[in-house]
Amino acid sequence: MLSRVANHIYWMARYLERAENTARLIQVNTHLLLDLPRSVPLGWEPIVDILSIRENFYANYESADEKSVIRFMVTDPNNPGSIINSLAAARENARIVREIIPSEAWEEINNIHLQAKADGQSVLTRRHRFNCLNKIIKANQTITGLVGGTMNRDDAYAFLRLGRHLERCDMTSRIIDVRSASLLPQMADEHPAFENIQWIGVLKSLSAYQMYRQEMRLRVNRTDVLEFLLKRHSFPRSICHSVHQIKKCLEELPQSDAVCDQFEQLSTIVEKLDIHTLTQESLHHVIDEIQAGLMDIHLAVNKAYF
Amino acid sequence: MAIRWGNYATGPFYDELIKGRNKPREAAVDLCSYLRGLSDKDIEEYRVAASTAIHVMGITFTVYTEEEGSIDRAWPFDIIPRIIDKKEWQQIELGLKQRVKALNMFIDDLYNEQRILGAGIVPEDILINSKNFLPECLGVKPKHGVWAHICGSDLVRDQHGTVYVLEDNLRVPSGVSYMLENRHVMKRVFPDMFEKYNILPVDDYPSELYDMLCQLSPREVAQPEIVVLTPGIYNSAYFEHAYLAQQMGAELVVGSDLEVDDDDIVYMRTVEGLSRVDVIYRRIDDAFLDPEVFHEDSMLGVPGLMRAWKAGNVGLANAPGAGVADDKVVYAFVPDIIRFYLNEEPLLQNVPTYKCINKDERDYVIEHIDEMVVKPANESGGYGMLIGPHATKAEREKFVRLIRRDPRNYVAQPMLLLSTAPTLIGNKAEARHLDLRPFILSGEDISVTTGGLTRVAMRKGSTVVNSSQGGGSKDTWIVDMEGE
Repeated sequence: MLSRVANHIYWMARYLERAENTARLIQVNTHLLLDLPRSVPLGWEPIVDILSIRENFYANYESADEKSVIRFMVTDPNNPGSIINSLAAARENARIVREIIPSEAWEEINNIHLQAKADGQSVLTRRHRFNCLNKIIKANQTITGLVGGTMNRDDAYAFLRLGRHLERCDMTSRIIDVRSASLLPQMADEHPAFENIQWIGVLKSLSAYQMYRQEMRLRVNRTDVLEFLLKRHSFPRSICHSVHQIKKCLEELPQSDAVCDQFEQLSTIVEKLDIHTLTQESLHHVIDEIQAGLMDIHLAVNKAYF
Repeated sequence: MAIRWGNYATGPFYDELIKGRNKPREAAVDLCSYLRGLSDKDIEEYRVAASTAIHVMGITFTVYTEEEGSIDRAWPFDIIPRIIDKKEWQQIELGLKQRVKALNMFIDDLYNEQRILGAGIVPEDILINSKNFLPECLGVKPKHGVWAHICGSDLVRDQHGTVYVLEDNLRVPSGVSYMLENRHVMKRVFPDMFEKYNILPVDDYPSELYDMLCQLSPREVAQPEIVVLTPGIYNSAYFEHAYLAQQMGAELVVGSDLEVDDDDIVYMRTVEGLSRVDVIYRRIDDAFLDPEVFHEDSMLGVPGLMRAWKAGNVGLANAPGAGVADDKVVYAFVPDIIRFYLNEEPLLQNVPTYKCINKDERDYVIEHIDEMVVKPANESGGYGMLIGPHATKAEREKFVRLIRRDPRNYVAQPMLLLSTAPTLIGNKAEARHLDLRPFILSGEDISVTTGGLTRVAMRKGSTVVNSSQGGGSKDTWIVDMEGE
């Protein structure tokens, strides 16, 4: 397939995945706010950090209050990673490759972009937020289903999955990072009961709660949640699962040697990881390594194919 | 009871669906009675359903404006179809095949023996002064002697019902994807009408196009590599480029995807390295095709493409230089061209055309400028035209000056009273002017689309049907009344 086309498919998948995960992030933070006591200083600032957009955010807003953060993340054209911009970029990429992807998938991408443009503002009120964000999550799930159910298993599909899992892996690592580190430290002592609520929140933001109960069968606790989200193959949004999928994509693609070398480095990091001995600080460090590893794979893919 | 045919005014025009005393034409009887039975609410529902389908299917065209840059607009579509009886259509089809066959022989002759110039049928200086004549193509012999593989001819009907060819688009005619999508929309919105009528299908165009392109392959291989070359997503017809590539299973490429090596072979850049290309359905103009030969600053084309084509290593549709025959001055000679090459009388009429290059005709045009439609020889999309009866005095004077300065570049035609068809305006049917663009494919054989793209001027009294200037479109039904 054409290099240029492969590039567009890859980015289309990344942007769709980014839009979905950003929506998940806001969704769960909103729910958490409702559960926690008023004295807990859980705010919206950590979200800004999760996405590494602090500088850009404060260039546009004065404080990280709910409205500002959500506007910045969902509808603000000044944030390249806002949901509306991600969907627009996904659509623009899809438009260029619309002869490659199933036409139903194009229709869905076009549709969700139009919808988000039309009613994206409603996300600012809590009453409408759930519906609005859920539509975005569902749309990407639908698109995933459509391409999975109707697209040829060829290079195009491999590039699509490659983009999706690199982005998902990255977003999952960010969600774990902020939830487990900056949000919680002082709180655990003061409100032990709420620590679990936090972890349930992490799971729910990844639609992982139900699957966690089935797989781990344990009360929700930090170690097991991290084990589940980092190390278990079985859950399709875990780091380990995405890493495994990236490997499968690379095996399907031609001339992937150079990328595979990069991949091995990431794979080793994830494999060596031992959750039980992991302190808060080393977790943060490992996650940084994972994100750097993903970036290296991206650069290698770029060099080899695009 | 929203549409009452009793209130429908056809005026002095021929109406495609309604004849005198507000009675429907034979082929439109069922449609008209169906529409009469619809309530305001029904009509609104159908209209919303159609526009939703267009939105969801992402059927768009791109308009470039100074203020807003490039914007994607939903395709304007009218839900009342235009109906043509199959018996009449078959005659038109024969006429189109005859015309395109002769035009291709004409182009091939111009770039080779130039018999028609020798015989004095077409004056030589018309050729030499044509912007679309490419000396680089002299001596080239494309397969089957065909240069214009895809032709879109615009047909109109006058007040007496006579069909005329208004112009032939032999360079990169567009619109066929909208013809196909209009039908999809109609099937989604009015499935019940398709049970009532014997409407001939239009879906096989992409396969016909694919087969024709395969015939141009220089290599004898089972599956030649065919690509559609587009200027990119900001082109007004980008939707169509992507659509046709998708329907044919061909790669959609931009210039930078292709390269021509020293071996004069065209390759595309793929994730597995370079891969040979056999046939290019190019949707960029001649001037931008190859910066080695034409505009050297063209970013859209492929350096070396002309070399590869002349060496016979790649098929190009349409062939470079084919546009020499859709010059509006050459148009005036088409009836003679048909007689010269085929020794037949033209089956389809030309609109009477005054060539400003001849002094007598020029004087007549200038004298009657307020009755004339004046067209520059090499513009398309309805730009640079004067519609005499609707123009201001200043505009007419400007055109008289333009004609005097460069007579070769202008032709004029009497203002035709274009036919109309009922078009939904609000919840009422009103008469609006329209034309028809069928597409003709030429390879080993010639085939014509079933019907074509009907374009309709949505503004009352207007005859400008171009979508970039407020035109809409309709599904075109060729119905077999004998099968009823």
